[in-house]
Amino acid sequence: MKIIVCIKQVPDTTDIKWTENNTIQREGVESVINPYDLYAIEEALKLKKTLDDVEITVVTMGPLQAEEILRKAIAVGCDNAVLISDKKFAGADTYATGKTIASAIKSKLPDYDLILCGQFAVDGDTAQTGPSIANQLGIAQVTYVKELNKCDGKCIYAVREIEEGLETVKAEFPALICVLKGMEELTRPKINGIIKAQNTKITVYTMEDIGLTPEETGIKGSPTYVSRAFRPEHDRGKCEICTDCNVLADKIKEFGGISNE
Amino acid sequence: MSNIMLYAEVTKENYLHTVVFELAYKAQELSKKLDNASVSALLICKTGLAENFKEAFINSGFDFVYIAESNRLTYYSTELYSKIAVDIIREVKPDIILVGATTQGRDLAPRISSSLHTGLTADCIGLDINEKGQLAATRPTFGGKLMATILCKTLPQMATVRPKVFKPAPENIVKDTKFIYIKPEIDNIQKKVEFIEFVKGLNTAINELDSAEIIVAGGKGMKNEAGFELLKNFAECLGGCVGASRGAVDMGLASSDIQIGQTGKTVTPKLYIACGISGAIQHIVGMQDSDKIIAINNDDKAPIFDVSDCGIVGDAFEIIPELIRIIKTLNDDTNPNISIS
Repeated sequence: MKIIVCIKQVPDTTDIKWTENNTIQREGVESVINPYDLYAIEEALKLKKTLDDVEITVVTMGPLQAEEILRKAIAVGCDNAVLISDKKFAGADTYATGKTIASAIKSKLPDYDLILCGQFAVDGDTAQTGPSIANQLGIAQVTYVKELNKCDGKCIYAVREIEEGLETVKAEFPALICVLKGMEELTRPKINGIIKAQNTKITVYTMEDIGLTPEETGIKGSPTYVSRAFRPEHDRGKCEICTDCNVLADKIKEFGGISNE
Repeated sequence: MSNIMLYAEVTKENYLHTVVFELAYKAQELSKKLDNASVSALLICKTGLAENFKEAFINSGFDFVYIAESNRLTYYSTELYSKIAVDIIREVKPDIILVGATTQGRDLAPRISSSLHTGLTADCIGLDINEKGQLAATRPTFGGKLMATILCKTLPQMATVRPKVFKPAPENIVKDTKFIYIKPEIDNIQKKVEFIEFVKGLNTAINELDSAEIIVAGGKGMKNEAGFELLKNFAECLGGCVGASRGAVDMGLASSDIQIGQTGKTVTPKLYIACGISGAIQHIVGMQDSDKIIAINNDDKAPIFDVSDCGIVGDAFEIIPELIRIIKTLNDDTNPNISIS
């Protein structure tokens, strides 16, 4: 069984700083694998443990530096790594990103059974790229998946966590599944994994390699664009800092937090 | 004439999702800025169900409702619903399509937009029409630290919109709604994803938070289980509910059912007390419309103070027990024990 795991390099959002011009400071901010994607990798590794002949290819689209996260994925047990990278991809929205990744899969990795993605990326938080890839590949998708069970190499059972409860569905391959964060411990890299990661050749595909034109990718191929970016403002007035708990308790009372019933 | 189309999501229990009414009222406002664009709904459901919703549509200002019913549509299915939606949208050609940013909406909308080769803005918290008549959709982005207003070059312009951000109409907007039944062309579709079972959530915290007047929420600063136990006591003493930030949920301190913020719930209580929450914008978008906000945090530079009415700088593990003690005394003062007199 062949599994593709799509991952994204994201800035460590717990550590975001502002420049003087009110833009996000990107230099010196550490890049990590999107936390949801770690669970997509984990699900693939679990399937590899329970089934024979599972091959995991990890794919990312990004700048050449994104190679680093692919090596991290190899270190925990993924088999192959593909980097889709071209300066012309810059500024892609979820439609263009979905198209680019789908084109790469169609042209270079057509022989797959299952594609796993993280449900959200913590930087964009759109949850759209997975479904967009699935649609452009013309395959089924299952989103908001909390648990995967009973895979026999031809189909898989997925438990979706939705607002009203848990829904179980059975998906026939090929399918794309977007996973939520699980509770399980993530696999840590082992020494031989780290050595393998250092020696693995990362395949890089450019726009031409995957048969796209500049009009179909990056900012030109994106239907949406940002017209304005701004720092959120709030009109609550200045925050009154209380010096002791008695003052704060009075405030709680004033705000209706302590009833007289 | 322009047309704004809303996706009329049906919940697992066969109701119209409340976000449909929030979007309906917002669509009336957008329609005025588009020379009174018509407002339509797209309803996909099992045979006979649409009848139950007709009055609600008539009272919510819809000009048209496009209905696709079939017994194959008893459960939401990405494959069938997206096929039907795309077929109808190609026929009706709306300029704007709004979908609730629920799990169903966020599963369906990207399939539709991708099939129509158009743009989709995710999980918006602001919608407007700009001077050129385009949909200007605003959402938190880049880890939620930045707001972005996004435009779309192609038609239809699509957005998923976060539930509970907009309010439904305060009173009925009665229209002479036209109901148009469309036969779904799904006979040839062999589904690849099959529904097996649905287990209703047992956790009622979701509903409790929705209606709570007082919410005591904890973040990473609450450190451990004992921290959340403390919050529970604090909430009980105020007659409120406990919520959590994503940071606390990620640390395993709280269940994702009570997560407040961009990837969790949006809440609007009378009083919101944020304990050990730094105030990342992902969290703030989920609670900023609370009537009053109080912050307890040991970092006086934490952004949570910028959105709070008042706050205290210090260790939540010291402040909260002290507050509980004072509040209990205050409660005793206002509730003289009858047995004494």
